[in-house]
Amino acid sequence: MFISWLSSLPGAMSLGMIWGIMAIGVYITYKILDIADLTVDGSICTGASVFAMLLIAGVPLPLCLLAAFVAGALAGFITGILCTFMGIPAILSGILTQLMLWSVNLKIMGKANVAIPGRKFAVWVSSLFDSSKNLIILGIIVAVTIGILYWFFGTEFGTTLRSTGNNPKMSRAQGINTDVAKVFGLVLSNGMVALAGALLAQYQGFSDVKMGQGAIVIGLAAIIIGDAVASRISKNFAVRLLGVVVGGIIYYFVYQTVIFLGLDADLLKMLSAIVVAIFLAVPYWKKRYFSKKKKPAVKASGKEESSNAGA
Amino acid sequence: MLVLDNITKIFNPDTVNEKIALSSLSLHIKPGDFITVIGGNGAGKSTLMNAVTGVFELDEGTITLDGENITHLSEHKRAKYFGRVFQDPMLGTAPDMEIQENLSLAYRRGKRHGLGWNISAKEKAFYREQLARLGLGLENRMTAKAGLLSGGQRQALTLLMATLVKPKMLLLDEHTAALDPKTAEKVLTLTDEIVRENNLTTLMVTHNMQNAIDYGNRLIMMWDGKIILDISGEEKKNLTVEALLGAFSKASGSAFASDRALLS
Repeated sequence: MFISWLSSLPGAMSLGMIWGIMAIGVYITYKILDIADLTVDGSICTGASVFAMLLIAGVPLPLCLLAAFVAGALAGFITGILCTFMGIPAILSGILTQLMLWSVNLKIMGKANVAIPGRKFAVWVSSLFDSSKNLIILGIIVAVTIGILYWFFGTEFGTTLRSTGNNPKMSRAQGINTDVAKVFGLVLSNGMVALAGALLAQYQGFSDVKMGQGAIVIGLAAIIIGDAVASRISKNFAVRLLGVVVGGIIYYFVYQTVIFLGLDADLLKMLSAIVVAIFLAVPYWKKRYFSKKKKPAVKASGKEESSNAGA
Repeated sequence: MLVLDNITKIFNPDTVNEKIALSSLSLHIKPGDFITVIGGNGAGKSTLMNAVTGVFELDEGTITLDGENITHLSEHKRAKYFGRVFQDPMLGTAPDMEIQENLSLAYRRGKRHGLGWNISAKEKAFYREQLARLGLGLENRMTAKAGLLSGGQRQALTLLMATLVKPKMLLLDEHTAALDPKTAEKVLTLTDEIVRENNLTTLMVTHNMQNAIDYGNRLIMMWDGKIILDISGEEKKNLTVEALLGAFSKASGSAFASDRALLS
């Protein structure tokens, strides 16, 4: 049994890397823009279905990947318009787009799932391949992705996305159009998520309308685990993004392990949700129950003054 | 310079919570004016600031800056004209970004944000030089996150950001109210230095009557969304807190309704 557990790890690592790429997309909205974007549960499948249908129709694979990215980006754009131009709260905007995508995904595929037989098509990654091949290709994709994002968030425009998430009022005072920043962040994020969906469809050999259920939770789990690891090593942005991918890998290692330990697979989603809920609660508990008492003089008076602020 | 013509803003209209925050208010600000604004809670001081910077649309009236009608210009587009410091030290800076990154945002206020790398070495040298002027040692902590700074340091940094590129107007909204008295004094002195040095047209809301008298060349007092006192020149230099309180009750027909202002 130990041997079979061990032999499942390379596969778990491949899956973890794919979900890690997806989690980098979630990182852009959740960590950088401070938006919990639920579009991803739908856009991951949009990426997968667009990819599957085009590949089956004979389109070259790189173009299929590009189309998947664009389709996801479009989904993100819709959420962006809902939460800026239409003034709907971000979390609800994501849910609305997600619901739309359910129908869209069914229409793209024409049915609930589409197979991509790995032996028939020259895919880049597949569970049928030797693991080392998958890992090399996914490693390259991860490296290129992190490189591009590291550059982008260091540019003038990328910096406006970071400041929008960090302090929107100050950003507007500095002449930044925070709506544009939000929409662009959602576009980029969902493009990445859809790209991960296309990779996942190749790896598992099919696209399924239900494949995105709970994707946001897996993404958040990868981010939380990754942050716990990476923040101890370096504050560098590239290291943090790499941490997210490592978080995805650790998540799938744990996933494989609990399955091998005989946990009912039906309970896995509940387990993931509980773990994420606890990890999200920890910072709050730390602040609420374990924070040292503040120095009385300066801060206390500051609080009082600001609560007195009139119109 | 800046002309506010009969501006009106009503919050929650036609409800029990209706509040006329600005009531046909007109104000003509001349270039180089350093105006202090006082008034009790709910007098409309902050609403006035927010109206000028475009946080909301006005119900009536127009705002003209150097001949340009900016009444309907969005907040981020107006930002290139105004340097702002808020009351809450948390609001003026992005806490999870480095000090130099915060400055870089201010340095590009009102410009296009392209895909070039954000901070050049030349810029870093400029920021270092500017930070050194604050005398807080921040020039040696340029890669520290702004969130690590104290309230006073953050307000000083925000002030520097507001004036890094010379704005047409500097708007200070009770920017020392959340600081302890000693730090508040320091930040005020720094404010005065920067305003004089750059000859900045300034609007400073304060809850401290003595500060309102000591700083600036013109003082306006607000009550109930209107300007009830506008004092400048020699008359302002000879003002006392008592005289101000007297003038207030005469103009408004009620006692000054802010304990904070009386105590300070």
